[in-house]
Amino acid sequence: MHIPDGYLGPATYGALYAITIPFWAIASWKLNKTLKTKQAPYLALGAAFSFVIMMFNVPIVGGTTGHATGATLIAILLGPWAAIICVSTALIIQALLFGDGGITTLGANCFNMAVVGGLVGYGIYRLIAARTDVNSTRRRVAGAIAAYISLNISALITGVEFGIQPLLERSATGQPLYSPFPLSVAVPAMAGEHLLVFGFAEALVTALVIKYFQKNDPEMLGS
Amino acid sequence: MSTMKKLWIGIGILALLSPLGVILPKMFGAKGAWGEWGLKEIEKIAGFVPAGMKRLAETWKAPLPDYALPGQGKGPAVESFGYVLTAIIGVVLTAGLMYLLTKLLVRRKNDK
Repeated sequence: MHIPDGYLGPATYGALYAITIPFWAIASWKLNKTLKTKQAPYLALGAAFSFVIMMFNVPIVGGTTGHATGATLIAILLGPWAAIICVSTALIIQALLFGDGGITTLGANCFNMAVVGGLVGYGIYRLIAARTDVNSTRRRVAGAIAAYISLNISALITGVEFGIQPLLERSATGQPLYSPFPLSVAVPAMAGEHLLVFGFAEALVTALVIKYFQKNDPEMLGS
Repeated sequence: MSTMKKLWIGIGILALLSPLGVILPKMFGAKGAWGEWGLKEIEKIAGFVPAGMKRLAETWKAPLPDYALPGQGKGPAVESFGYVLTAIIGVVLTAGLMYLLTKLLVRRKNDK
Protein backbone atom coordinates (compact mmCIF):
# COMPACT_ATOMS: atom_id res chain seq x y z
CA MET A 1 0.00 0.00 0.00
CA HIS A 2 3.12 2.23 -0.06
CA ILE A 3 2.51 4.36 -3.17
CA PRO A 4 5.88 5.07 -4.85
CA ASP A 5 6.88 8.41 -6.38
CA GLY A 6 5.43 8.80 -9.86
CA TYR A 7 2.13 6.99 -9.37
CA LEU A 8 0.21 10.06 -8.22
CA GLY A 9 0.18 13.40 -10.04
CA PRO A 10 0.74 16.74 -8.28
CA ALA A 11 -3.00 17.45 -7.96
CA THR A 12 -3.53 14.25 -5.96
CA TYR A 13 -0.36 14.15 -3.89
CA GLY A 14 -0.64 17.89 -3.16
CA ALA A 15 -4.24 17.53 -2.00
CA LEU A 16 -3.32 14.57 0.20
CA TYR A 17 -0.48 16.49 1.86
CA ALA A 18 -2.96 19.32 2.45
CA ILE A 19 -5.38 16.87 4.10
CA THR A 20 -2.77 14.99 6.14
CA ILE A 21 -0.86 17.95 7.60
CA PRO A 22 -3.84 19.18 9.68
CA PHE A 23 -4.25 15.65 11.06
CA TRP A 24 -0.57 15.65 12.08
CA ALA A 25 -1.15 19.05 13.72
CA ILE A 26 -4.28 17.94 15.61
CA ALA A 27 -2.60 14.70 16.69
CA SER A 28 0.46 16.63 17.97
CA TRP A 29 -1.79 19.07 19.79
CA LYS A 30 -3.81 16.26 21.39
CA LEU A 31 -0.64 14.46 22.49
CA ASN A 32 0.84 17.72 23.76
CA LYS A 33 -2.21 18.12 25.98
CA THR A 34 -2.37 14.57 27.31
CA LEU A 35 0.95 12.76 26.92
CA LYS A 36 2.87 11.86 30.05
CA THR A 37 6.67 11.41 30.15
CA LYS A 38 6.35 7.74 31.06
CA GLN A 39 4.27 7.12 27.91
CA ALA A 40 7.09 8.12 25.53
CA PRO A 41 8.65 4.62 25.49
CA TYR A 42 5.26 3.13 24.55
CA LEU A 43 4.97 5.40 21.53
CA ALA A 44 8.52 4.47 20.48
CA LEU A 45 7.53 0.82 20.81
CA GLY A 46 4.33 1.36 18.82
CA ALA A 47 6.17 3.06 15.94
CA ALA A 48 8.83 0.32 15.93
CA PHE A 49 6.11 -2.35 15.86
CA SER A 50 4.39 -0.67 12.92
CA PHE A 51 7.73 -0.49 11.08
CA VAL A 52 8.63 -4.15 11.55
CA ILE A 53 5.15 -5.63 11.02
CA MET A 54 5.01 -3.96 7.58
CA MET A 55 8.09 -6.00 6.60
CA PHE A 56 6.05 -9.21 6.87
CA ASN A 57 4.79 -9.44 3.31
CA VAL A 58 1.95 -11.93 3.11
CA PRO A 59 1.73 -13.62 -0.30
CA ILE A 60 -1.28 -14.48 -2.41
CA VAL A 61 -0.30 -17.65 -4.29
CA GLY A 62 0.94 -16.58 -7.73
CA GLY A 63 -0.31 -13.05 -7.08
CA THR A 64 0.64 -10.00 -5.10
CA THR A 65 1.82 -9.40 -1.55
CA GLY A 66 0.51 -7.16 1.23
CA HIS A 67 0.95 -6.61 4.92
CA ALA A 68 -0.58 -5.47 8.19
CA THR A 69 0.18 -1.95 9.45
CA GLY A 70 -0.51 -2.14 13.18
CA ALA A 71 -2.57 1.09 12.97
CA THR A 72 -5.72 -0.28 14.62
CA LEU A 73 -3.77 -2.09 17.32
CA ILE A 74 -1.77 1.03 18.24
CA ALA A 75 -4.98 3.10 18.23
CA ILE A 76 -6.60 0.64 20.66
CA LEU A 77 -3.62 0.61 23.02
CA LEU A 78 -2.38 4.21 22.80
CA GLY A 79 -5.28 6.11 21.25
CA PRO A 80 -6.01 7.17 17.65
CA TRP A 81 -3.86 10.33 17.76
CA ALA A 82 -0.82 8.43 18.98
CA ALA A 83 -1.48 5.85 16.24
CA ILE A 84 -1.44 8.55 13.55
CA ILE A 85 1.95 9.81 14.76
CA CYS A 86 3.43 6.31 15.32
CA VAL A 87 2.47 4.89 11.91
CA SER A 88 3.47 8.14 10.14
CA THR A 89 6.89 7.97 11.80
CA ALA A 90 7.36 4.40 10.56
CA LEU A 91 6.27 5.46 7.05
CA ILE A 92 8.71 8.41 7.05
CA ILE A 93 11.67 6.14 7.94
CA GLN A 94 10.54 3.58 5.34
CA ALA A 95 10.36 6.23 2.60
CA LEU A 96 13.55 8.13 3.45
CA LEU A 97 15.84 5.19 4.21
CA PHE A 98 14.47 2.23 2.31
CA GLY A 99 12.63 3.81 -0.62
CA ASP A 100 9.43 2.03 0.49
CA GLY A 101 6.79 4.57 -0.52
CA GLY A 102 7.65 7.85 -2.22
CA ILE A 103 8.45 11.33 -0.94
CA THR A 104 5.87 13.14 -3.09
CA THR A 105 3.37 10.47 -2.00
CA LEU A 106 4.28 10.50 1.70
CA GLY A 107 1.23 12.62 2.55
CA ALA A 108 -0.99 10.14 0.68
CA ASN A 109 0.58 7.10 2.32
CA CYS A 110 0.31 8.63 5.80
CA PHE A 111 -3.31 9.54 5.12
CA ASN A 112 -4.21 6.06 3.85
CA MET A 113 -2.44 3.97 6.46
CA ALA A 114 -1.90 6.21 9.52
CA VAL A 115 -4.85 8.64 9.55
CA VAL A 116 -7.56 6.39 8.09
CA GLY A 117 -6.10 3.27 9.72
CA GLY A 118 -5.88 4.83 13.17
CA LEU A 119 -9.17 6.75 13.23
CA VAL A 120 -11.38 4.14 11.54
CA GLY A 121 -9.81 1.30 13.50
CA TYR A 122 -10.31 3.10 16.80
CA GLY A 123 -13.89 4.14 16.02
CA ILE A 124 -15.03 0.64 15.09
CA TYR A 125 -13.24 -0.90 18.07
CA ARG A 126 -14.95 1.48 20.52
CA LEU A 127 -18.29 0.85 18.87
CA ILE A 128 -18.07 -2.94 19.20
CA ALA A 129 -16.12 -3.16 22.47
CA ALA A 130 -18.47 -0.65 24.12
CA ARG A 131 -18.36 -1.07 27.89
CA THR A 132 -17.50 -4.75 27.94
CA ASP A 133 -14.95 -6.12 30.40
CA VAL A 134 -11.30 -5.52 29.46
CA ASN A 135 -10.63 -9.25 29.57
CA SER A 136 -13.63 -10.30 27.49
CA THR A 137 -13.49 -12.20 24.21
CA ARG A 138 -15.61 -9.43 22.73
CA ARG A 139 -12.61 -7.07 23.05
CA ARG A 140 -10.46 -9.34 20.90
CA VAL A 141 -13.24 -9.82 18.36
CA ALA A 142 -13.82 -6.05 18.31
CA GLY A 143 -10.10 -5.50 17.66
CA ALA A 144 -10.05 -8.08 14.86
CA ILE A 145 -13.13 -6.69 13.11
CA ALA A 146 -11.92 -3.09 13.50
CA ALA A 147 -8.50 -4.05 12.08
CA TYR A 148 -10.04 -5.91 9.13
CA ILE A 149 -12.41 -3.10 8.20
CA SER A 150 -9.93 -0.28 8.71
CA LEU A 151 -7.23 -1.91 6.54
CA ASN A 152 -9.84 -2.52 3.85
CA ILE A 153 -10.98 1.10 3.90
CA SER A 154 -7.32 2.16 3.64
CA ALA A 155 -6.91 -0.17 0.64
CA LEU A 156 -10.10 1.07 -1.01
CA ILE A 157 -9.01 4.70 -0.68
CA THR A 158 -5.56 3.82 -2.04
CA GLY A 159 -7.25 2.08 -4.99
CA VAL A 160 -9.33 5.18 -5.71
CA GLU A 161 -6.22 7.40 -5.56
CA PHE A 162 -4.52 5.14 -8.13
CA GLY A 163 -7.64 4.86 -10.24
CA ILE A 164 -8.39 8.57 -10.64
CA GLN A 165 -4.95 9.32 -12.12
CA PRO A 166 -5.89 8.55 -15.77
CA LEU A 167 -8.98 10.76 -15.31
CA LEU A 168 -7.05 13.69 -13.84
CA GLU A 169 -3.80 13.99 -15.75
CA ARG A 170 -3.09 13.05 -19.35
CA SER A 171 -0.55 14.11 -21.95
CA ALA A 172 -1.54 16.08 -25.07
CA THR A 173 -1.95 12.77 -26.88
CA GLY A 174 -4.27 11.41 -24.20
CA GLN A 175 -1.80 9.05 -22.55
CA PRO A 176 -2.00 8.83 -18.74
CA LEU A 177 0.85 10.80 -17.11
CA TYR A 178 0.93 8.90 -13.83
CA SER A 179 -0.57 5.59 -12.64
CA PRO A 180 -2.06 4.31 -15.93
CA PHE A 181 -4.72 1.93 -14.56
CA PRO A 182 -8.35 3.07 -14.47
CA LEU A 183 -10.64 2.86 -11.44
CA SER A 184 -12.18 -0.34 -12.85
CA VAL A 185 -8.77 -2.03 -12.50
CA ALA A 186 -7.17 -0.32 -9.50
CA VAL A 187 -10.12 -0.48 -7.09
CA PRO A 188 -10.97 -4.19 -7.53
CA ALA A 189 -7.25 -5.06 -7.35
CA MET A 190 -6.58 -3.13 -4.13
CA ALA A 191 -9.92 -3.91 -2.48
CA GLY A 192 -10.01 -7.57 -3.53
CA GLU A 193 -6.60 -8.59 -2.25
CA HIS A 194 -7.19 -6.91 1.11
CA LEU A 195 -10.71 -8.32 1.51
CA LEU A 196 -9.50 -11.83 0.68
CA VAL A 197 -6.15 -12.02 2.45
CA PHE A 198 -4.33 -9.03 3.93
CA GLY A 199 -7.23 -7.80 6.06
CA PHE A 200 -7.10 -11.11 7.93
CA ALA A 201 -3.39 -10.60 8.64
CA GLU A 202 -4.20 -7.25 10.29
CA ALA A 203 -7.10 -8.83 12.22
CA LEU A 204 -4.96 -11.73 13.47
CA VAL A 205 -2.07 -9.53 14.61
CA THR A 206 -4.47 -7.19 16.41
CA ALA A 207 -6.38 -9.96 18.20
CA LEU A 208 -3.20 -11.78 19.25
CA VAL A 209 -1.59 -8.70 20.78
CA ILE A 210 -4.84 -7.73 22.55
CA LYS A 211 -4.88 -11.23 24.01
CA TYR A 212 -1.30 -10.75 25.20
CA PHE A 213 -2.23 -7.51 26.96
CA GLN A 214 -5.37 -9.04 28.48
CA LYS A 215 -3.16 -11.69 30.06
CA ASN A 216 -0.14 -9.61 31.03
CA ASP A 217 -1.03 -5.92 31.28
CA PRO A 218 -4.82 -5.38 31.06
CA GLU A 219 -4.39 -1.79 32.28
CA MET A 220 -3.15 -0.88 28.78
CA LEU A 221 -6.59 -1.71 27.41
CA GLY A 222 -8.17 0.92 29.64
CA SER A 223 -11.73 0.53 30.80
CA MET B 1 10.80 -8.89 33.82
CA SER B 2 8.84 -5.74 33.02
CA THR B 3 6.18 -5.76 30.30
CA MET B 4 8.19 -3.13 28.42
CA LYS B 5 11.27 -5.35 28.31
CA LYS B 6 9.20 -8.32 27.10
CA LEU B 7 7.62 -6.22 24.37
CA TRP B 8 11.02 -5.06 23.12
CA ILE B 9 12.16 -8.68 23.04
CA GLY B 10 9.02 -9.36 20.97
CA ILE B 11 10.05 -6.64 18.49
CA GLY B 12 13.54 -8.21 18.35
CA ILE B 13 12.04 -11.62 17.57
CA LEU B 14 9.90 -10.06 14.83
CA ALA B 15 13.04 -8.46 13.31
CA LEU B 16 14.81 -11.85 13.34
CA LEU B 17 11.76 -13.52 11.74
CA SER B 18 11.31 -10.74 9.16
CA PRO B 19 12.94 -12.75 6.31
CA LEU B 20 9.70 -14.75 6.26
CA GLY B 21 8.32 -11.62 4.61
CA VAL B 22 10.54 -12.25 1.56
CA ILE B 23 10.92 -16.05 1.68
CA LEU B 24 7.20 -16.89 1.81
CA PRO B 25 6.25 -14.68 -1.16
CA LYS B 26 9.02 -16.37 -3.20
CA MET B 27 7.86 -19.83 -2.16
CA PHE B 28 4.32 -19.07 -3.27
CA GLY B 29 5.35 -17.31 -6.47
CA ALA B 30 3.93 -13.96 -5.40
CA LYS B 31 5.35 -10.97 -7.26
CA GLY B 32 5.22 -7.85 -5.12
CA ALA B 33 2.63 -5.37 -3.94
CA TRP B 34 0.05 -4.08 -6.42
CA GLY B 35 0.96 -0.58 -7.64
CA GLU B 36 4.54 -0.64 -6.35
CA TRP B 37 6.27 -1.68 -9.58
CA GLY B 38 9.48 -0.15 -10.90
CA LEU B 39 9.62 1.58 -14.29
CA LYS B 40 10.74 -1.59 -16.12
CA GLU B 41 7.85 -3.61 -14.71
CA ILE B 42 5.31 -0.90 -15.45
CA GLU B 43 6.46 -0.90 -19.07
CA LYS B 44 5.83 -4.64 -19.21
CA ILE B 45 2.42 -4.42 -17.57
CA ALA B 46 1.02 -1.25 -19.15
CA GLY B 47 3.00 -1.32 -22.39
CA PHE B 48 4.54 2.12 -21.81
CA VAL B 49 6.10 4.29 -19.12
CA PRO B 50 3.87 7.28 -18.33
CA ALA B 51 5.86 10.52 -18.83
CA GLY B 52 5.01 12.06 -15.46
CA MET B 53 5.78 8.84 -13.64
CA LYS B 54 9.20 8.69 -15.31
CA ARG B 55 9.91 12.27 -14.22
CA LEU B 56 8.84 11.76 -10.58
CA ALA B 57 10.15 8.22 -10.05
CA GLU B 58 13.67 9.45 -9.28
CA THR B 59 12.55 12.11 -6.77
CA TRP B 60 14.52 10.49 -3.99
CA LYS B 61 17.43 8.05 -3.87
CA ALA B 62 17.06 6.01 -0.70
CA PRO B 63 20.35 4.85 0.86
CA LEU B 64 19.11 1.27 1.47
CA PRO B 65 16.50 0.61 -1.24
CA ASP B 66 14.25 -2.45 -0.86
CA TYR B 67 15.59 -3.31 2.61
CA ALA B 68 18.89 -4.52 1.16
CA LEU B 69 22.48 -3.63 2.03
CA PRO B 70 24.66 -1.77 -0.51
CA GLY B 71 26.30 -4.21 -2.95
CA GLN B 72 24.33 -7.09 -1.48
CA GLY B 73 24.48 -10.29 -3.57
CA LYS B 74 21.64 -12.60 -4.60
CA GLY B 75 20.42 -15.72 -2.83
CA PRO B 76 18.11 -16.47 0.09
CA ALA B 77 20.83 -16.44 2.78
CA VAL B 78 22.30 -13.06 1.82
CA GLU B 79 18.87 -11.53 1.21
CA SER B 80 17.60 -12.78 4.58
CA PHE B 81 20.66 -11.40 6.35
CA GLY B 82 20.21 -8.00 4.66
CA TYR B 83 16.52 -8.01 5.56
CA VAL B 84 17.20 -8.73 9.25
CA LEU B 85 19.91 -6.08 9.43
CA THR B 86 17.76 -3.42 7.74
CA ALA B 87 14.86 -4.43 10.03
CA ILE B 88 17.07 -3.76 13.06
CA ILE B 89 18.32 -0.44 11.60
CA GLY B 90 14.73 0.57 10.82
CA VAL B 91 13.39 -0.42 14.23
CA VAL B 92 16.14 1.50 16.04
CA LEU B 93 15.73 4.64 13.89
CA THR B 94 11.91 4.58 14.00
CA ALA B 95 11.86 4.10 17.77
CA GLY B 96 14.55 6.76 18.21
CA LEU B 97 12.75 9.32 16.05
CA MET B 98 9.42 8.58 17.75
CA TYR B 99 11.01 8.88 21.19
CA LEU B 100 12.53 12.28 20.30
CA LEU B 101 9.22 13.50 18.88
CA THR B 102 7.30 12.47 22.00
CA LYS B 103 9.88 14.09 24.25
CA LEU B 104 9.30 17.32 22.31
CA LEU B 105 5.53 16.95 22.63
CA VAL B 106 5.34 16.07 26.34
CA ARG B 107 4.62 18.87 28.76
CA ARG B 108 5.77 18.35 32.35
CA LYS B 109 2.37 19.61 33.48
CA ASN B 110 0.74 16.43 32.16
CA ASP B 111 2.79 14.28 34.54
CA LYS B 112 1.02 15.67 37.59
